[in-house]
Amino acid sequence: MKTTRSTAPAPTAQDEYTVDVFTVVNGAPVQWRVDTRTTLLEALRDSSGLTGTKRGCDQGACGACTVHVDGARVVSCLMLAAQVDGRQVTTVEGLIDEEGRLHPLQEAFVRHDAFQCGFCTPGQLMSAVCLLREGRAGSDAEIREYMSGNLCRCGAYDNIVAAVREAAGGGA
Amino acid sequence: MRAFVYDRPDAVDEAVASVAADPQAAFLAGGTTQLDLMKDGVWTPDRLVDISRLPLRGILVESQQLKVGALTTMEQLAAEPVVAQRLTFVREALLAGATVQLRNMATIGGNLLQRTRCRYFRDPTVAACNRRSPDSGCAAVDGVARMHAVLGVDERCIALHASDVAVPLLAVEASVLVSGPSGQRRIPLSEFWVRADEGPSIENVLGHGDLITEIDVPLLPQGWRSGYLKVRDRASYEFALTSAAVAVQMDGDMIADIRIGLGGVGSVPWRAREAEEMLRGTHVDPVRFEQAGRATMASAFTVPGTAFKVDLAVRTLSRQLITMTEATR
Ligand SMILES: Cc1cc2nc3c(=O)[nH]c(=O)nc-3n(C[C@H](O)[C@H](O)[C@H](O)COP(=O)(O)OP(=O)(O)OC[C@H]3O[C@@H](n4cnc5c(N)ncnc54)[C@H](O)[C@@H]3O)c2cc1C
Ligand code: SF4
Ligand code: FES
Ligand code: FES
Repeated sequence: MKTTRSTAPAPTAQDEYTVDVFTVVNGAPVQWRVDTRTTLLEALRDSSGLTGTKRGCDQGACGACTVHVDGARVVSCLMLAAQVDGRQVTTVEGLIDEEGRLHPLQEAFVRHDAFQCGFCTPGQLMSAVCLLREGRAGSDAEIREYMSGNLCRCGAYDNIVAAVREAAGGGA
Repeated sequence: MRAFVYDRPDAVDEAVASVAADPQAAFLAGGTTQLDLMKDGVWTPDRLVDISRLPLRGILVESQQLKVGALTTMEQLAAEPVVAQRLTFVREALLAGATVQLRNMATIGGNLLQRTRCRYFRDPTVAACNRRSPDSGCAAVDGVARMHAVLGVDERCIALHASDVAVPLLAVEASVLVSGPSGQRRIPLSEFWVRADEGPSIENVLGHGDLITEIDVPLLPQGWRSGYLKVRDRASYEFALTSAAVAVQMDGDMIADIRIGLGGVGSVPWRAREAEEMLRGTHVDPVRFEQAGRATMASAFTVPGTAFKVDLAVRTLSRQLITMTEATR
């Protein structure tokens, strides 16, 4: 079954180090044919061109690569693309509604100046959207605890907490 | 990362056979340890057997115990109402570990099997690591060792088992069900891990191809109270320096029965049996709490980087004993 390939693989060629992944990203069906080693993060960025999802540490430590798989927040750098076969993936590009309007949380981030360089922001947003759904925005302390998987080198934490609090309905 | 074949079987026996047939194969559950080590080049399997679709997810609540499927995630177990009521220290330990993102991926089976966070173990450019390459030495004993162990270790290896949830699971006498090439067996957690001072390169009693299918967790009897205290360098998202899982049954001012597990200190999750014996049947007395902690830590092997852990562990345990016994009075 092992094959050596001298040219680019034909569309139907399969060797044992390649996988076909059928998934749904931001509501649209997607197919990736990738090296088995490809992480979800790499497939999203390199195969699907969805570069909103950022690579920070690539080791599960910073949260910049946070996406949703079947509605739950995960770090896409520690997940293989093959693992989302048959699953639903949502990235920051999927937060806008059908008319292209920003998600209320994105609006709150803008209003509260909840970023400086913006590199951690897609991960912060994806994490916070889930936090709201999980019902974990009861207090500032709770927001901080359940956002602790998203590091911000610019230190925009206070404004991020304010934005999440507002989006949760807790006022500005 | 080294190239590997990706295999995703549908049945437990296929998964076991797939790994058993290839000495270089490994299981993949949530991947939060496995992929991390593969990226670092510390562990380079040529076949990865993804078990995440096996029907081993979910919690069965029985009258005296929980049967937890090995693929149940940390978040799923923490959300189970019976865990909050009858195994409070398990819930607290789960929620004190890692982050929501990681806990949505990380499975309970994988958590018990997580590898040490020793930075020298995780860096293949460091030659001296008895755990990674037997008889090569140990870079940590004269290195940066703040996150290392003091119990169940010697100069050959001071690697810490960093799991939080394993600590209360051990204290409550949970066991794992294993399916392997030679059939099924049950292993109590007290016999599951192998201490570094009993062989630095062996971490547990599982053989190649052995798959954990279930974790059976006895519920604390009604009237017991439990809690997990984790002391760390930052308030959230950090491994323990020291931790204490305590469950008590009080009779007025008297400790009728008690279970104690310690984290952050052992090459394996640590059951503090000496302390339990010293405290069972005694009245609440902080002086005695400290003595019990000292007795547990008496066999500590320390290096300059870890010496602080002896006092810190004693104080962590004392504080948690005070909290747990006060709350019931
Ligand atoms: C940044 C970071 C912070 C963390 N912080 C904490 C913390 O504070 N507290 C804490 O307790 N943990 C912490 N962890 C560790 C984390 O909890 C573990 O990595 C996780 O629980 C492992 O589970 P998994 O399903 O991802 O396992 P995997 O990575 O998939 O597997 C781990 C190992 O177990 C084997 N395996 C998995 N499941 C089975 C099974 N059913 N049968 C046989 N073998 C199996 C795999 O082959 C592999 O060798 C942290 C991890 C990271 C990356
Ligand atoms: S403490 Fe153990 S794992 Fe770390 S370098 Fe020493 S031998 Fe290796
Ligand atoms: S890039 Fe995934 S957590 Fe940092
Ligand atoms: S805004 Fe720059 S890292 Fe967070």
